[in-house]
Amino acid sequence: MSIGSTPLKFKVSIDPDRCMSCGRCIENCSYGVYRKEGDDIRINSRNCVACHRCLAFCPRDAIDIEEKPNDYRSHPLWTREVREAIFNQAKTGKIILAGMGNAQPYPVIFDRLVLDACQVTNPSIDPLREPMELRTYIGKKPSSLTLKQLPDGEVELLTKLTPNLQIETPIMIGHMSYGAISLNAQTALAKAVSRIGTFMGTGEGGLHESLYPYQKNMIVQVASGRFGVDINYLERGAAIEIKIGQGAKPGIGGHLPGEKVCADVSCTRMIPEGSDAISPAPHHDIYSIEDLKQLVRGLKEATEWKKPVFVKIAAVHNSAAIAAGIARSSADAVVIDGFRGGTGAAPRVFRDHVGIPVEAAVASVDAKLRQQGIRHKVSIIASGGIRESADVAKIICLGADAVYIGTSALVAMGCRVCGTCYQGNCAWGIATQKPELVKRLDPETNSVQVENLIHGWTLELAELMGAAGINSIESLRGNRDRLRGYMLDEGLMEVLDVKTVGA
Amino acid sequence: MTTVRIDAHHLHYTPLNQQIRAAIAAGAKEIIIDNVLGQRFIGDGVRGDGVTITVNGVPGGDLGMFMSGPTIIVNGNADHAPGNTMDKGKVIIHGSAGDAVAHSMRGGRVYVRDNIGYRGGIHMKQYMEKRPILVVGGAARAFLGEYMAGGLLIVLGLNGVTPIAERGVGSGIHGGEILVRGPVDELHLGVGAKQTLATEEQKVMIKPIIEDFAQQFGLDPAPLLASDFTRISPASARPFANKYTWE
Repeated sequence: MSIGSTPLKFKVSIDPDRCMSCGRCIENCSYGVYRKEGDDIRINSRNCVACHRCLAFCPRDAIDIEEKPNDYRSHPLWTREVREAIFNQAKTGKIILAGMGNAQPYPVIFDRLVLDACQVTNPSIDPLREPMELRTYIGKKPSSLTLKQLPDGEVELLTKLTPNLQIETPIMIGHMSYGAISLNAQTALAKAVSRIGTFMGTGEGGLHESLYPYQKNMIVQVASGRFGVDINYLERGAAIEIKIGQGAKPGIGGHLPGEKVCADVSCTRMIPEGSDAISPAPHHDIYSIEDLKQLVRGLKEATEWKKPVFVKIAAVHNSAAIAAGIARSSADAVVIDGFRGGTGAAPRVFRDHVGIPVEAAVASVDAKLRQQGIRHKVSIIASGGIRESADVAKIICLGADAVYIGTSALVAMGCRVCGTCYQGNCAWGIATQKPELVKRLDPETNSVQVENLIHGWTLELAELMGAAGINSIESLRGNRDRLRGYMLDEGLMEVLDVKTVGA
Repeated sequence: MTTVRIDAHHLHYTPLNQQIRAAIAAGAKEIIIDNVLGQRFIGDGVRGDGVTITVNGVPGGDLGMFMSGPTIIVNGNADHAPGNTMDKGKVIIHGSAGDAVAHSMRGGRVYVRDNIGYRGGIHMKQYMEKRPILVVGGAARAFLGEYMAGGLLIVLGLNGVTPIAERGVGSGIHGGEILVRGPVDELHLGVGAKQTLATEEQKVMIKPIIEDFAQQFGLDPAPLLASDFTRISPASARPFANKYTWE
């Protein structure tokens, strides 16, 4: 091999003064970094992905992991990542598969938006002693109400309302399929959402029967592969989501490799064990916005118009026009998945270069729907790169009704964002189907961690709202006056419809 | 056996399906729908083993979508995607059908007496005892059995038509099989598909299916069974296995 080996991504070292040779690092590492030779623990740094499992379980803090221990000659254009991608493809001639979200250092719009707070006039509200309304309803709202006055003074509502999802906080957990993540991970998420009073997505891998007790908090997904989809599945979900696109890889489908299709994944997806689960890029029955309407209505008809139907699209250039079509399709919510959305596996070129940020997409979708007088026909769910409660507050100000979190919920279960989910070796038992790794993730304790995270964010959201003198999430939604752009360019501020700081 | 007759004249599909569901709930085993004219989603998500729904007229798209159990008999042509993601039951069409017939079907059977449009049997899949079957009496347009992941697709080329005269057959097929009466031009095969002459054992396997199809439409199965069949199957169960390298 004329290229030879590339520099190490990580260098692992053990401080001999601190190490007590307990071997927990060897037991915990699923990537084969450590081995015992005689009394010594030997290290193969090349296998390290920096998942920190060893570090987290070393009782003596003896392990150090250093990123990029060797320097290339620095160059602003020919970055390390670019050079290493070329080495890889020169050796293999293949598409580079990568994990997690966009790894390019694009500016983060969230970090250039600041929130408002009250001073003197319009006093702030203390959420400790004032009720804060965070309950959100996802689904269609009527454009007007017809009421009838009854003789006893009561009022009867004559308008027929369409089913909505009631969530106690505008934070839901997005779709991560059984197959992409383990059943224990899904179970932990399911327990958390059912206790909080919010919802999670099944992903397109079907609904495992052990999750049936949580089905009233599950949104079942129908993607192009139609894995695990039958009438029972559709009826179990609280809502149905049609996945058109995914922020991490807009425009392409998904391939769950056969080695991840174990017996249990196989029966949940309803495909033979060991076979590739291929989700093609388009749905075979959707080639136009009219066809989408037909699938939305097909799902509603199948479930007797009792379930809200969501449509998820990746945030791309024309999201606003597409969302306007979705709003007219009988769908109840549109999910906008930004280009920072995570994934178990995506071609690197798509993960890093296709799609647009969720902040811009949500703002333009909200504006377009309002311009056309159809904003009430759909809720907007924002996903892809929601990292903290401030992001939730900001995206709601930009027009979202609620968010989906994915990576944040996984981080709450130990994920270190090492980005090697596609290897199926996740040492935390999250993105793997290997029984010995899956059992590391205890659904009960991890569900508490996920619940804690959402609870903490919800408290912070209430505080942020109170500080802004707002006591209902309804008043925060689309409230761009509560945002200011800091070092954002004029064009982007126009898209977001926010003023600059100081204005 | 209770028979229920529904007049679909000027009836939207939602009340039509509500009447079908109500009839099944009330124990009807035979439902006859007259004057069907383009109503979509007939039988969508409907359960009911041993229930027969006769459609007189031309149903709209997604006939029998997500259906689990009933038999639908169409006296007329059908629009696109009859049997879409169907789970169990039968759809028998006395005529032709549009594009994406039996799309993602996971169980049950769809029989089309005449011809079907593009992408017939696309992404059909099977699991354990669930093995969907699509039989087409006449010809199929391009991209037949695309992305097919399981199940069985048979095209008979009755009445002198060429069963497969267009390209892309079995593009991306990674499970299941397509049996075509007579030869198939190699040029018409899609990427990932390969063809062989069906063996006697393979023909024996489809014999009861062809007999059932022939019986439904009053045909003589003997000449069909005596013909040679081409079997189109996946060149690999892992068509994407060698496409990627890890970051």
